[in-house]
Amino acid sequence: MALISLREKLEILADAAKYDASCASSGTSKRSSLGGQGIGSTEGMGICHAYTPDGRCISLLKILLTNHCIFDCHYCINRKSSNVRRAGFTAEEVVDLTLSFYRRNYIEGLFLSSGIRKSSNRTMEQMVEVARSLRQDHDFRGYIHLKTIPDADAELVAQAGLYADRLSINVELPTEAGLTRLAPDKDSGRIESAMANVKSSITDNLDARKKYKSAPRFAPGGQSTQMIVGADAASDSDIIGKASGLYDRHRLRRVYYSAFSPIPDASAVLPLQRPPLIREHRLYQSDWLMRFYGYSADEVKQATDPAGMLPLDIDPKLAWALNFREQFPVDVNRAPKEALLRVPGLGVRGVTMLLRARRQKRLRLEDVARITVSIEKLRPFIVTADWRPIRLSDQADLKSLFVRPKKTEQLELFAAI
Amino acid sequence: MIALEIPADFDGWRNQAKQLWFAHRPPEQVSWGEASLFGDDIGEPTGQALEIRVPAAFAKLAETVFLHSDAGRLDLLYRLFWRLQSNRQLLEDATDVDVVQAGLLVKSVRRDIHKMRAFVRFKEMADDDGESHYVAWFEPDHNIVRANAGFFVRRFASMRWSILTPRLCIHWDGKTVHESPGIVKPADLHDDPAEDLWRSYYASIFNPARLKTKAMLKEMPQRYWKNMPEAQLIPELIAGAQAREAAMIAIGSAPDEASPADWPQLAEAINRCTRCPLYCNAAQAVHGEGPFDARLMIIGEQPGDNEDLAGRPFVGPAGQVLNEGLAQAGIDRKTAYLTNAVKHFKHERRGKVRLHQAPNAGEVDHCRWWLDAERKLVKPKLVLALGATAVRGLTGRTGSISKMRGQPIELPDGSQMIVTTHPSYILRVGDEQREKAMADFVADLKMVAGLLKQLGNPKP
Repeated sequence: MALISLREKLEILADAAKYDASCASSGTSKRSSLGGQGIGSTEGMGICHAYTPDGRCISLLKILLTNHCIFDCHYCINRKSSNVRRAGFTAEEVVDLTLSFYRRNYIEGLFLSSGIRKSSNRTMEQMVEVARSLRQDHDFRGYIHLKTIPDADAELVAQAGLYADRLSINVELPTEAGLTRLAPDKDSGRIESAMANVKSSITDNLDARKKYKSAPRFAPGGQSTQMIVGADAASDSDIIGKASGLYDRHRLRRVYYSAFSPIPDASAVLPLQRPPLIREHRLYQSDWLMRFYGYSADEVKQATDPAGMLPLDIDPKLAWALNFREQFPVDVNRAPKEALLRVPGLGVRGVTMLLRARRQKRLRLEDVARITVSIEKLRPFIVTADWRPIRLSDQADLKSLFVRPKKTEQLELFAAI
Repeated sequence: MIALEIPADFDGWRNQAKQLWFAHRPPEQVSWGEASLFGDDIGEPTGQALEIRVPAAFAKLAETVFLHSDAGRLDLLYRLFWRLQSNRQLLEDATDVDVVQAGLLVKSVRRDIHKMRAFVRFKEMADDDGESHYVAWFEPDHNIVRANAGFFVRRFASMRWSILTPRLCIHWDGKTVHESPGIVKPADLHDDPAEDLWRSYYASIFNPARLKTKAMLKEMPQRYWKNMPEAQLIPELIAGAQAREAAMIAIGSAPDEASPADWPQLAEAINRCTRCPLYCNAAQAVHGEGPFDARLMIIGEQPGDNEDLAGRPFVGPAGQVLNEGLAQAGIDRKTAYLTNAVKHFKHERRGKVRLHQAPNAGEVDHCRWWLDAERKLVKPKLVLALGATAVRGLTGRTGSISKMRGQPIELPDGSQMIVTTHPSYILRVGDEQREKAMADFVADLKMVAGLLKQLGNPKP
């Protein structure tokens, strides 16, 4: 095969990595390069260094080590039967690229994933080598996320956890049937047991660090996973149930959703139509409801329609409120935090502010208006010192208050720049 | 009315505020601005024993608000300071007009600090001693440069760097931070070769199938673009996105046709096939041959040089080996339907020779359509798969021949698949292994013969 330049490799292997949604670089231990030989710091909140026109942020250099793969998963652009151009980095090339981009403040670190070349262990070894070299040879203290290979030896995953901030294993599809049909070489049992191993390594490490402060940290940024939305028949209810189970079983930091998007040279098994991007957004909102707003998975499912799908035109929190109107209006001067968190239009921050402010005075509608984006949307659901909605929440067409008529896209204006 | 000069740093303002309080100047009488060169006299303390009480949260808030470029920010801070003296809980009331306003200023300063950390782009330059010096030009909205120096020091401790801005410049030599006054954008900031690689990355990681420019603009407003090397690509990426997505879908979609109803239709359709690019270089498509009610279907890989020219399967050297094997196993070739997993000859031209190339999995999968159609018409009870390509053509999956051979495997349509090596393997292996390979091949064929016997007499 003809030699291809570093630039071409980067193009091929970044292109192949773009179907991974995660780019998070937050939630790890605090580090600085002061007193070290190299560069890099992490300070809790990750930084998005750029945004691409698909609305996603670039925080990490997200690439594949190689896009050669012995697996043949239908939804994947890198599957064996795909006719994409193939390329592979050496460990050294990845290390140099990462450092070169990091020095110029383009990135927070590296998100390395890989097709499976030769064997799972051989591939995992090379990924671990990249992380080891960054940490040991270059004293790199930025963020490293490694996508682990489900079938790799536990020993290799244990090593990976010592160098990486975050480990992830993709469950790929929300249902077993979907996985069997679209990813014939993968096995949900193996994926889940790999996640369980990582979880127990993280827990053991936390225990060890309680006893010995000097114990090396294992994946301080935790583990995450990703599911493809819209490539199989799974409903939003199925997906929410699966995500909630994964959070419970493996104490994941995040479950990412990736709306299936058409890939070049797609397998005939796949739908050619992409699901609406807003569906992915609604799923993230439902994820937020479970993680920050105290909704159980079953409660979020109550916001779905009979087919198990979340409405696309309104957010799931509003959909839930419209289904349970008897729980509203909520008195902002008296209601407990849990009830306030269920008010559509009130965020976690807004609720905290209201709770503090109401110790000072009886809140009026104008007070609430000052800390929210749209009091109009809030009004039907709250009671204040000077406001009580009259029959508003009994209106059958309440939903129409919240659904704006569709605006047309204004891309042409933008493209002329 | 007292007009005061805006102090150079936060401590300066704090002293002013204390003096104002001791002189008992209410906020309505005080204003900060550029109006007076040295500032008005604050006045003498009233002499009353006044105590200053501010919660710790106020100091933190005020320090951040101070960095804002809004002219009225110090008036707002003094108003809050004044009101706090009579109401220590004031800041708790997140709905108070002044508290809300201060909150907005804090948010804007914090965002600016964050965006500076995100969007500063260093260019590698060289100092006189030949060492690398990383230089960036950035235009912040507020006076945040000094407050942000610590972040860059912690992150790039082992590098020499400078961040130049119109408000203030900061420099790090590996040991200490130096400041110099703000400047206009220097003209000699050349391009850094790494920027090309970075732009390649930016363009490649962008997924044209999901355009969400609003989300991008919200987080990366256009005013930052001019100092970011990757941002110059944005208009063309957006303009090309729809075309790229359409192209992606077009490459993937095979024409959806009905399965041919009879063999002449099938043969005709195979001859016209353009599902994959292999048709371009082959002389012709080679479809199967044999009785249409055969109980045994034999499936090879693809036509070779001879087959491509003859338009018939298994007429070349590998065909000879197959014939010999069939004869030894006692199977009459004329009773079987012979075909290939891929219908066109894939090859590479070396001088005058057309060198065989194995079809890739994508090509096999495209051609599965035809193999499936042939199996639907012939409905064989037994399928003999010669080699891995044939197995993939039959099952859509790839497996190890050595693991699968030796016993029949049931296919979804109820027929039995027997797997063996491709006869060309026997031609390829070294002399010392050939005898064994042939014996194994014949053994597999004998198993086929046995199974055929079990099926009973051929149809009359």
